[in-house]
Amino acid sequence: MSASILDVEGLSISFGGPARRKQVVTDVSFKVERGEALGIVGESGSGKTLTMLSLLRLLPRGADARAVRASFDGRDLFSLTPAALHNVRGREIAVVFQDPLTALNPVLTIGRQITEVLRLHFRSSATDARRRAVELLTSVGIPDPPLRLRQYPHEFSGGMRQRVTIAMALAGEPRLLIADEPTTALDVTVQADIVTLIQRLQREKGLTVIWVTHDLALLARIADRVLVMYAGRVVEDAPAGKLFAAPKHPYARTLLGSIRQDAPKRNRAASSIPLTAADAGAAGCPFAPRCAEAREQCRNVSPVLKVYGGDTRAACWALDDGSTRGPGS
Amino acid sequence: MKFPMSLYRSPQTRTGLILLTFVVVVALAAPLLAPFSPVNVDPSARLLPPLSRGLASSAQSGAPAVHAETALHLLGTDSVGRDVLSRLIYGSRLSLTVGFLAVLISAVFGSLVGSLSGYWGGWVEASSAWLIDVQLSFPFLLLAIFLLGALGGGTLAVVLVLALGTWVNYARIVRAQVLSIKNQGYVEAAHATGAGTLRILFVHILPNTLSPICVVGSFSMALAILTEAGLSFLGVGLDPSTPSWGTMLNDGRDYLLTAWWIATMPGIAIGVTVLGVTLFGEGLRELLDPRGLR
Amino acid sequence: MSTATALLTARGITVTYHRRRLLPLRERERPVQALRSVDLDILSGETLALVGESGSGKSTLARVLVRTISPSSGTVAFRGSDITSIGGSPLRTLRRHFQMVFQDPFSSLNPRLSVGSAIAEPLIVHGLARGPALRERVGECLKMVGLDSSVATRRPHEFSGGQRQRICIARAIACQPDFIVADEALSALDTSLQGQIIDLFQDLKERFALTYLFISHDLSVVRQISDRVAVMYLGQVVELAPTAELYASPKHPYTQALLAAVPVPDPVLERARVYTPLRGEPPSPANPPSGCPFHTRCPRAIERCRSEPPALRETAPGRLVACHLAD
Repeated sequence: MSASILDVEGLSISFGGPARRKQVVTDVSFKVERGEALGIVGESGSGKTLTMLSLLRLLPRGADARAVRASFDGRDLFSLTPAALHNVRGREIAVVFQDPLTALNPVLTIGRQITEVLRLHFRSSATDARRRAVELLTSVGIPDPPLRLRQYPHEFSGGMRQRVTIAMALAGEPRLLIADEPTTALDVTVQADIVTLIQRLQREKGLTVIWVTHDLALLARIADRVLVMYAGRVVEDAPAGKLFAAPKHPYARTLLGSIRQDAPKRNRAASSIPLTAADAGAAGCPFAPRCAEAREQCRNVSPVLKVYGGDTRAACWALDDGSTRGPGS
Repeated sequence: MKFPMSLYRSPQTRTGLILLTFVVVVALAAPLLAPFSPVNVDPSARLLPPLSRGLASSAQSGAPAVHAETALHLLGTDSVGRDVLSRLIYGSRLSLTVGFLAVLISAVFGSLVGSLSGYWGGWVEASSAWLIDVQLSFPFLLLAIFLLGALGGGTLAVVLVLALGTWVNYARIVRAQVLSIKNQGYVEAAHATGAGTLRILFVHILPNTLSPICVVGSFSMALAILTEAGLSFLGVGLDPSTPSWGTMLNDGRDYLLTAWWIATMPGIAIGVTVLGVTLFGEGLRELLDPRGLR
Repeated sequence: MSTATALLTARGITVTYHRRRLLPLRERERPVQALRSVDLDILSGETLALVGESGSGKSTLARVLVRTISPSSGTVAFRGSDITSIGGSPLRTLRRHFQMVFQDPFSSLNPRLSVGSAIAEPLIVHGLARGPALRERVGECLKMVGLDSSVATRRPHEFSGGQRQRICIARAIACQPDFIVADEALSALDTSLQGQIIDLFQDLKERFALTYLFISHDLSVVRQISDRVAVMYLGQVVELAPTAELYASPKHPYTQALLAAVPVPDPVLERARVYTPLRGEPPSPANPPSGCPFHTRCPRAIERCRSEPPALRETAPGRLVACHLAD
């Protein structure tokens, strides 16, 4: 318990005024151990990005985030003063976003942007900051750093830009790195490159990493544990090996089925009802409309997360009575 | 496009519509509404203030000047005894016609040039861009005065000159819109399906440019009315005896301090019409704007 | 397989873009070669996948095949007749046989038109149906893609991404084409929906004997749907093989790197794999390397690779590779 660097319980996020309250994240709980690589997988509308943003209080105006507990290294993130929060952002928790093009200021040189982080958090002198920036660029595999520092974002390729944002994220020497779809916008080979880079950095610096992605297969490579989110809820939370071998929740099984090469072709989620932006706070299991095993209870009562086998949590009524189909079918 | 219902929804559009309808009705029903003839001069009734009665009747054609019942000049008379109200009413016809025609011609021409140059690019775009630049570098008023002098004035000439002044706005805006829409997936899809240029332009591209055209259109109409008034005021526009709000302004210029109503009434009329057009145009734009396009 | 007839044949396709400016301000106005001398046959009834990363030219090649782009040189033939330089009306008539489904279901549909109008467009353009017959055909198409025919009057924004893509597919089959190009048609969809759309594509193919050109960067998707795979790099085809063979034993180093880069949904396997990422970044088509375009990143490049571009050669029946080391 004390090894958890991040402990979130009962996190809920909603938007809109009193008349039009819309719940987008409901009762999310998870823990991240020090040095662990947690993968959060979910599709559009699953609330995975919002959950991460809420931890750093980066939600847009009009968003209301509450949690029973949201503690980072023992400190409650939601009750930090602005000054303390400022210290956490970038310095203790850093984020790498999906689109490196918009994450970088097009009118400032890369050098300016990296040294800004350093001077802000460490009050480094200009020379020290520059030296450190060169070190950072080298560590993320960018050749000829002194030249690159003088260049502008548009002079870099997509993969290089993402490396730069990773360097910026690491500049603050954070203990937790949140990578929100960092490779989605990149080519496959470049993606593999970036993933390898982050893994290496994680090992070297003992970083804790949270990977947020819609690509479940990617998590097989990089995650120790996987959190599956659907419609703003956690539906399954399991060690990677167990999740890929035998997912418990029907949605996790659907996801895995779509990406397995050996899946029988017609065995897809039969329902063509789309994942609409349904109110995540509504009663019943959000996956019920698409679930092959849905029963009356599923439509009326939201499933609760239960522990299975000591290290796996899943929220599905069909799991309890053992009448669910096994993962092999 | 669900037109009618949504038009009533916003109060500002409703106001604009009401004002505009009012002016249009007045223009259409001019012969029925005007108490006097707008052109007949009556030297005995010169410069009468509003709500005064003239000594003679409306002296139509060659009727003998008998002491008939005195008629009320609601808004007074001008420097040659013409009833201001009647001139105002008849003047609405001219101003609306001129304004509307000018907008129509300039919008059609400008949009055509803009969309073709945006869609085809190449020399079409280059030459129209050059043309636009050349025209813009001339001060409009000078151009107008010159052309009107050359064309000799008259309603049609004024309409053409006004159209000339504003087509450029449409061309630029439509061109910019077309450039951005051209790259949308659905345009490529239509092209890949085998749709010809005309179909793509009229079915896919232009409807999506209507929104800015409406904005420019409503402002242009307001501007056209004002400009016509200005041109007439300067004396280069319409024939001074023609009842238009502009010529009325011109007439009233010398009497601003003494017979203020001669210029003020058309001024108010212009203001009301312009307000109506602008409000309505705003509402129209909001309607056509892709609200439902999310 | 060589007995199957070729529906589309492309020979020596080169597409060069010149950046034209009114005033040549810079000397470095080198033309960009999006495609260099590409030969490709698309066989009747097959699903050919075109795989490659950004700059590979796969989208450009597809558009040359359906003639929305003209090649700078080379020929394209449809069922044996040359269509390279046709234009105007004959080209428009030809388009009836080719249809495209694009990547972004959101911008592929005109937001002002009802989806019924969108689907009807090919029918209207080619004069295939009118009035009630038109509406009926639109309804049929909607049903074929799994949507109810009553939704024809609704506008695109009322549908989800997956549904919009179905509508785009309905539009593509409306005029009963022979050949459909799916240009990253699945990339913008959520993973769990991709399976359904793949099934839909298969279903339609069987029903109407369609031929597909499937463009994708996603190798795991490609594997599920294609008969043959062509791998492209920097404007050239570097390998072409039946799907199973390509995945089982890729011959070109780039294909090998691509396959290695794709994660396998099995953590045990993944941890066991030793993955060495490719050096460098995909080069820009404006500044291509000499000789073999891949040599700058190839782990097995030899001297010859730098000077001599390898030709696409048939190393085994049905397998083509462009690599000096494959001979």
